[in-house]
Amino acid sequence: MLAAIGAESIEQLFAGIPERLRLRRLLDIPIALSEPDLIRFFQKVAARNTTSYASFIGAGVYQHHIPVTIDALISRSEFYTAYTPYQAEIAQGTLQGIFEFQTFITQLTGLEVANASLYDGSTGLGEAVLMAHRITKRNRFLIAKSVHPEYRAVVATYARNLGIEIELIDYAESGRVNLERIGKLMDDSIAAVVIQSPNFFGTIEENAEIAELAHRHGALSIVNICEALSIGILKPPEGADIVVGEGQSLGVPMSFGGPHVGFLATREQYVRQTPGRLVGMGKDRDGRRAFVLTLSTREQHIRREKATSNICTNQSLCAMMCAIYLAIMGPKGLRDTAEQNLQKTHYAVQQIRSRTRQSILFSGNRFNEFVVQLQDDYTTRAQRFLRNRVVPGLHLAKYYPELGNSLLVCVTETMRRDQIEALVKGLE
Amino acid sequence: MTNQSPRISSHFQLNESLLFEIGSPGRRAFDLPEIDIPVKPISEILPENVIRNEIPGMPELSEVDVVRHFTRLSTWNYHIDLGLYPLGSCTMKYNPKVNERVARLEGFAMAHPYMPVELVQGALETQKMLETCLTEISGMDAVTLQPAAGAHGELTGILMIRAYHESLGRPRRIVLVPDSAHGTNPASVSISGYEVQHIPSTARGTVDIERLRTLMNDEVAAIMVTNPNTLGIFESDIAEVCEIMHSHGALVYMDGANLNAMMGITRPGDFGIDVLHINLHKTFTTPHGGGGPGSGPVAVRKILEPFLPYPIIGIKSGGGYTLEYDRPQSIGKMKAFTGQFGMHIRALSYILATGPKGLKEVSEMAVLNANYIRAKLKDAYELPYDAPTLHEVVFSDKLQTRFGVHVGDIGKRLMDYGFHPPTVSFPLIVPGAIMIEPTETESRQELDAFVDAMLSIAKEAEENPEIVKNAPHSTRIHRVDEAGAARKPKLRWTGE
Repeated sequence: MLAAIGAESIEQLFAGIPERLRLRRLLDIPIALSEPDLIRFFQKVAARNTTSYASFIGAGVYQHHIPVTIDALISRSEFYTAYTPYQAEIAQGTLQGIFEFQTFITQLTGLEVANASLYDGSTGLGEAVLMAHRITKRNRFLIAKSVHPEYRAVVATYARNLGIEIELIDYAESGRVNLERIGKLMDDSIAAVVIQSPNFFGTIEENAEIAELAHRHGALSIVNICEALSIGILKPPEGADIVVGEGQSLGVPMSFGGPHVGFLATREQYVRQTPGRLVGMGKDRDGRRAFVLTLSTREQHIRREKATSNICTNQSLCAMMCAIYLAIMGPKGLRDTAEQNLQKTHYAVQQIRSRTRQSILFSGNRFNEFVVQLQDDYTTRAQRFLRNRVVPGLHLAKYYPELGNSLLVCVTETMRRDQIEALVKGLE
Repeated sequence: MTNQSPRISSHFQLNESLLFEIGSPGRRAFDLPEIDIPVKPISEILPENVIRNEIPGMPELSEVDVVRHFTRLSTWNYHIDLGLYPLGSCTMKYNPKVNERVARLEGFAMAHPYMPVELVQGALETQKMLETCLTEISGMDAVTLQPAAGAHGELTGILMIRAYHESLGRPRRIVLVPDSAHGTNPASVSISGYEVQHIPSTARGTVDIERLRTLMNDEVAAIMVTNPNTLGIFESDIAEVCEIMHSHGALVYMDGANLNAMMGITRPGDFGIDVLHINLHKTFTTPHGGGGPGSGPVAVRKILEPFLPYPIIGIKSGGGYTLEYDRPQSIGKMKAFTGQFGMHIRALSYILATGPKGLKEVSEMAVLNANYIRAKLKDAYELPYDAPTLHEVVFSDKLQTRFGVHVGDIGKRLMDYGFHPPTVSFPLIVPGAIMIEPTETESRQELDAFVDAMLSIAKEAEENPEIVKNAPHSTRIHRVDEAGAARKPKLRWTGE
């Protein structure tokens, strides 16, 4: 090969790099491991993550059963080793799968358009805010304090240098966003009202009135959904212009927080302001049905600094996992699973109420999460729980200092009765 | 099709409808255990007005329906396990199977990001170890794994540059971007609240140093460079570029898309780069997944460390890892949690399996393969910039346009020879660009087959241009009417 190139040595191929910039030693990283050693190494490291605890943590990442069919199908290298489907003729598999994902998202959210997915829910919410900023050409956003705190942090990072102002709206005693406060602050300078449902405390929001308020002032209504399984049994947010969220609950492993998958749905009229990839159905030269990436004039590789977003990829394989999950579950499976979440959560709440001194905060309806206010010190109780191999929930002090001594508890369909019993006993 | 390539043979592929067109009421593929607690009627738990009673259009399918559907779809894709995927700038290398195995270990896949840190030490150890390896490979001082993809890493980097300038008094106004840059560069700059100023390349295809000097003033916050640049050329003046920027108090951002050319050969930190993003899905073999998930860690010099997104992974005095949130100068959060962890495992697996000697060999072989293709094709395709290239080579369609054959046609025709097309029409500074990056994982036989295909297409362009212009002929669909699809976008199935 060197002879064909006309070079004497491989070293010569690097002659364009000035000598003073060359690294003349080996990189200081571990020496190569053989396959058996590599597997042993990772088994050892993975074992330092516990898998034997009953965990009641949700807060944006949910432990649901993942049908094994999903992994079998996405492990086909035709899906996972392919590139972004720019060359439609040899990427119809990915393109049709993503088109099906988009269709599922519109069915679940009740909106007309869904994109091909975004990195995750948190960046998806950031993109939704920028999108509303472009559509309304306004700078002020009202964001519920009950939106996932990390999502709000991401929105703040995205918005900081674009002149966007954010006003947080507190929660009411019901756990829902304080509607009166929105009414008071609402005026023609507001770009959008952003809520989450079920919100960070697990409380189901009612968006109809919020959307109406927003629309009366020419603002948009954005609803964020962290627990996508909830839409199997709950009505989609009423009146929302953008529904954005996290699809992890629909067949994607928790994997310490990623990769997950964001979805974004909106009204047809806003399609040209939508960030990220879109797959369209069209025809080939001979009139056969064909799928293709479309409306790319919104995107960075064409529009460069004027693009709707700097996003280059979507989260294709994870979107495919969601599509397979939804195909497996169908409307009935989705509803039955969602209902088990609802039933088990309701049961746990009843048990805690009747058998312990702890109080359950917020009176609003909930899906699979709720807040327990402890009557005594969190730390001692937490240690006792850990000794019994139970993680009772997320301590809220870090995110909501005013809720200091309380836990956000999530009960999914995967929690067995004896595990719920251990939770309740630990709270006695 | 006429003149069928010896590489391909026709093999049946099954046609398949959309999920929404198959299935039948009552079919089911899911299996939910009986609920093990006393249940109540739903109406006693939730008011009727919040409950949804149907999801119109959602199909009911059996497990076999679903498995056959997606298996049939999968056969319509080209993929790296099938053959060479010479997309320039995308580094489509083979993705080792062992990565997939270790990423699926239960301790990793089932870990919740909010578990108490003592219960997820394995995850934090994996991330810390990857950070350490990437720090050494890049020659930088610190790394964040939080960004979800390359473009997200760019945004992170530019936001950090902004925070750095702000900490010194004011953010400045302008970021310089070479005209050969990837489109995400200018897009990331504008989202960060900066203005883009383009700088033209020299006739050699590198940054114009003299022009750069004239553009410098105290409003320039940074320059974004890609090195080796998108022409595959090493910016030999890179150290000087860094000196000029630094002498004006400005910083240098490097797009690490092309890191595959330089592992163990040279390090961005050693030539003065301040911030760099790394694409794990390019250089470090995490699979592209048909368009994500990617992962775009950002490496920085010491001066930028305070601005890294929070949390950072700390080491406790008594041993063990922790997450540190108290970072007063941090740009904030770029993404919930700590990044695309599943990709971090795969990248670390690759680095540990390859080792220091191996990584250097990777870059050497990647450069050898690209130069071999360059040598074999340079008589048949125009080479607009003839400076020495590293891991990729950019030709143009100039010789073929004489016969009415354009770069897109050449790419489509390659499909008939059993190859994925190279990157076409990028970088923008080369009209009709054909950008080829073979990567190190291709054998000489595979490269020769590709070269033969390209030479044969060059000949066809002269002798029988129609066959090229109407390609592909062997794929399950022919060229898509993209303008038609965009005119009346149909983005979901509605039963029509």
